[in-house]
Amino acid sequence: MNHTILAISLSSIANSMHQSLQALLGDGFALTATEMLIQGLSLIVFLVILCFYLGWMERRVAAFMQIRLGPNRVGPQGTLQIIADTIKLLLKEGLTPNSSDKFLFNLAPMIMVITSFLVVAPLAFSKDFQLWDINIGILYVSAVSSISVIGILMAGWSSNNKYSLLGAMRSGAQLVSYELSIGLSLISIVILTGSLQMSDIINSQSNGWWLFKGHIPVIISFVIFIIASTAEINRAPFDLAEAEQELTAGFHTEYSGMKFAMFLLSEYINLFIASAIAATIFLGGWMPLHLGNFEAFNHVMDFIPGFVWFMGKTMFIIFIIMWFRWTFPRLRVDQLLNLEWKYLLPISMINTIFITIIAIYGWHF
Amino acid sequence: MFIKEYFSTIYRSIKSLLTGMKLTGYYFTHLNKIKTEEYPDNRATLKMADRFRGEVVMPHNENNEHRCTGCQACEIACPNGTIKIITKQEILADGKKKKRIDSFIYHHDLCTLCNLCIVACPSDAIVMAQTFEHAVYDKKLLKKILNNPDSKIMEGVE
Ligand code: SF4
Ligand code: SF4
Repeated sequence: MNHTILAISLSSIANSMHQSLQALLGDGFALTATEMLIQGLSLIVFLVILCFYLGWMERRVAAFMQIRLGPNRVGPQGTLQIIADTIKLLLKEGLTPNSSDKFLFNLAPMIMVITSFLVVAPLAFSKDFQLWDINIGILYVSAVSSISVIGILMAGWSSNNKYSLLGAMRSGAQLVSYELSIGLSLISIVILTGSLQMSDIINSQSNGWWLFKGHIPVIISFVIFIIASTAEINRAPFDLAEAEQELTAGFHTEYSGMKFAMFLLSEYINLFIASAIAATIFLGGWMPLHLGNFEAFNHVMDFIPGFVWFMGKTMFIIFIIMWFRWTFPRLRVDQLLNLEWKYLLPISMINTIFITIIAIYGWHF
Repeated sequence: MFIKEYFSTIYRSIKSLLTGMKLTGYYFTHLNKIKTEEYPDNRATLKMADRFRGEVVMPHNENNEHRCTGCQACEIACPNGTIKIITKQEILADGKKKKRIDSFIYHHDLCTLCNLCIVACPSDAIVMAQTFEHAVYDKKLLKKILNNPDSKIMEGVE
């Protein structure tokens, strides 16, 4: 849609790169391999820079909410602070405790990061700009993201430390329970769209985002999705797995240096993914805001590139999740399970029924 | 009954969570409320809190006179022996002997700034100063003599 207006869009860059590489290497294995390499590298660079930015944003947001200033010394407004921290982490000794299970101990952070990177694959960053438009996109996301619990359990178990093990076990209970609510909230949009494919879900929102089109039930499932994914990515108020005060960082107590940085990286990538998925399925991904028949307004909105829309919506949800973190106290383990099994799960089940009725009768706009 | 309780719990928790978010949201949007002092950048304009205690000092007036009678009440009051008062006998003009302080020794490194000596002093001879940046490389520098050399007791203080 932006092609005519904006000469340069992300998909056109990708296409021209593809064509020039094709001319250079011909159709064959070399082409595929080079393109995969470029895609992988650019994804890693993008995500790492994004995590730098998110780390800085988190600290600034936290500081402002607690009437503090936060990091503001290194670079303008403290933007380079996180680079200084990374250099510090790189220079630190990556300690492996003597009595730990060394293989699993070193494997766990890798699993966490790999899982995080895997889930990014079906995300649509802009129109026609997507690594892998698999036809079971939503299912893939929810299936792969639950691998991360294995990484957490592995880290907690292999550390051979009671705090780590407790943190890992808590995290296991948490992830297993909150996955249900996430699944049901995702299903509600799948019911309305009739497809698991990311591009279909986004295209179905060209005349309005599901959050606005689907009446109150979709708003409820949006709220449940945000709550449950906050729990899924182990962030406060659901950060029992880390719980600095009781468990001294929980499953990654024993990690230091670069291995610790990998846990941090995967935490922020997961934050980005959870927000990006919420933005994609409830807020229309890269789809600009369209209001019914206001042609002029819709046209102005089309001028803004899809990538900006996508990142804007994602950042908005990330901000809300950060807002949660710096406002709410941590739940106890029993409260955590109460919230899921007594409140979120029954509500989202009933909500799914309502959404099914809406979808059958076509009551949505 | 159960249903009613169930929904009222949901209502109350959402309401209290939103109240909390309103407050943090208010702080987030009102950056002029930030309390952080950007020390040492604002060293020139730094305003200390009223109750801040830096060190014990003995004020002298323009005639180099202090109010300390040498009664040693502060020395007794101090819980960790920070104060040591050395007295001397002074022969007054009318021939009477009178106890005067020779030196008021104050070990800043031992002081917990608890204010007990100030409260104990019957003649208000010592006060807390709001000075800061007391770190030094040599511990000896923290042993201070609070009465100025050749200072005398103020007229009328007994
Ligand atoms: S402030 Fe407390 S510790 Fe310091 S000199 Fe006075 S009584 Fe002693
Ligand atoms: S400072 Fe006060 S309490 Fe201490 S010796 Fe002097 S007069 Fe007495």
